[in-house]
Amino acid sequence: MDIKLQEIGYSYAKDTPFEKRALYEVNIDIENGKYHAIIGHTGSGKSTVLQHLNALLKPTEGQIQIGEKVIVAGKKEKDLREVRQKVGIVFQFPEHQLFEETVLKDICFGPMNFGVSEEDAQKRAKHFIQMVGLDEAILEKSPFDLSGGQMRRVAIAGVLAMEPEVVVLDEPTAGLDPRGRQEIMELFYSLHKERNLTMILVTHSMEDAARYADEMTIMHEGRSVMQGEPRKLFSDAQKLAEYRLEVPHIIQFQKSLEAQIGHNLGKLCLTEEELAEEVGKVVRRERDQA
Amino acid sequence: MTEILSLQNITFTYDPDQPIIKNAVEDVTFSVNEGEWIAIVGHNGSGKSTLARIINGLLFPQSGEVKVFGEMMNEANIWDIRSQLGMVFQNPDNQFVGATVQDDVAFALENNGVPYEDMVIRVENALKQVQMDAFMDHEPQHLSGGQKQRVAIAGALALRPNLLILDEATSMLDPQGRKEVIEIVQQLRDETGLTVLSITHDLEEAILADRLLFMNNGKKFAEGNPSEIFGLGDQLIKLGLDLPFSMKMARLLQKEGVHLQGAHMSEEELVNDLWISNFKK
Repeated sequence: MDIKLQEIGYSYAKDTPFEKRALYEVNIDIENGKYHAIIGHTGSGKSTVLQHLNALLKPTEGQIQIGEKVIVAGKKEKDLREVRQKVGIVFQFPEHQLFEETVLKDICFGPMNFGVSEEDAQKRAKHFIQMVGLDEAILEKSPFDLSGGQMRRVAIAGVLAMEPEVVVLDEPTAGLDPRGRQEIMELFYSLHKERNLTMILVTHSMEDAARYADEMTIMHEGRSVMQGEPRKLFSDAQKLAEYRLEVPHIIQFQKSLEAQIGHNLGKLCLTEEELAEEVGKVVRRERDQA
Repeated sequence: MTEILSLQNITFTYDPDQPIIKNAVEDVTFSVNEGEWIAIVGHNGSGKSTLARIINGLLFPQSGEVKVFGEMMNEANIWDIRSQLGMVFQNPDNQFVGATVQDDVAFALENNGVPYEDMVIRVENALKQVQMDAFMDHEPQHLSGGQKQRVAIAGALALRPNLLILDEATSMLDPQGRKEVIEIVQQLRDETGLTVLSITHDLEEAILADRLLFMNNGKKFAEGNPSEIFGLGDQLIKLGLDLPFSMKMARLLQKEGVHLQGAHMSEEELVNDLWISNFKK
């Protein structure tokens, strides 16, 4: 399912004295099956864009195409059910949205709301609770007796149980410890790879965008200012600085290493592993020559 | 060296009435000296935040004793002690009371009877320190997550605390916001000798501390300076933490057959070693 934002504008509290403009002429193309990162400084409009992706907000200008559905500014839209089922959003701190008596009921709530039978919803709950790395026994517990990290996983299982085609992640690892962070990010990445799910990651983490994304959009002051592959966008540190963003840590390190050894590695490395490999090659070449 | 905080054999459980008692904190002993920056690190659920709440008297341990500024903490002196501790929590939404940013920062000052003229200056200075002075009259709920947290930190700073406790206070900030806050904490320490206790997952933040307390399953697993703690290597990873960037990078490079000599706590050290051991002729 492709998602296309075309010349989107959005004002909060439009036509009131409190009107506040949040988005201007935003264009984003999210291709089916891609891992797309939306990055930007705090207040750049990332979260407002996010809420358009399953029509929680409707644009006040322009139009957004979500699969077959086209949402045009100013037009009443009745049936958004399908869009909301197909685009699942994992909000920041999703564990705050848990509410049921048991984990099982909580996970089943979403799918049953979209007309899935109780039996099928429970099957899904069993499947997805394991997928997020938790034991089936946890289904009978109250979500409020779980640790923060477990609650986060339950909330994610609840979104996945709706079997969306597109999963939108809003800072999914905020507040988790390093291991939890890595496990959650790897979980989403394997879902993306194995099930060809379209992933949209809204994040501050340049490192996560560099490691996982196929494509990237940069937001700045309510506008979409750049879209392209991470390797390309991250190659222009000066441009990023204008948008109050930094290149990933690994690239900063590569630059200072290149300055010290006096020549370039020839390839911009997006992960620690990639850089180690490139440096290894260069070192071996130097040794062979010596 | 003045000891400003000490914990002796602290044990705490959230459910003392359960048949099987699970201690959130078990037999933890440590102390903090004036002017020190102590970081408590550990995985989610390791007991870090429980410790912070015990220090602040929000929770009382079932056994062990807490001394703040040499005084044994008890119900009678808890308010007095608390007024000397500035605490910033992870989620700023849970700690806003004022209608505007400056009202919010002023709240604790009003409670402590700071005179109006003094209050105005303190509020303004505190907000300047976290670079939120341009937002004095804004409503806190309309700020972004990062901005909110900076205001919460200003609220603690305005109290001029003897001990600033940061309970994962930077974990919701964007990278730039995190950097600003850490720089502010460093600056405060340099200028005022403020004692800091930070509870954090951010290893780049922990590495700046003088001493680290490494918690695992409610117990103190290790204590030492950053190079001692991060020298634990694989043990850290096994217990849910990670290594700082330069150490992680060094390990990957060595796996690729790149020669390295020493341990590296900073990127400059690593770049230098890389150059000397492999490229310099």
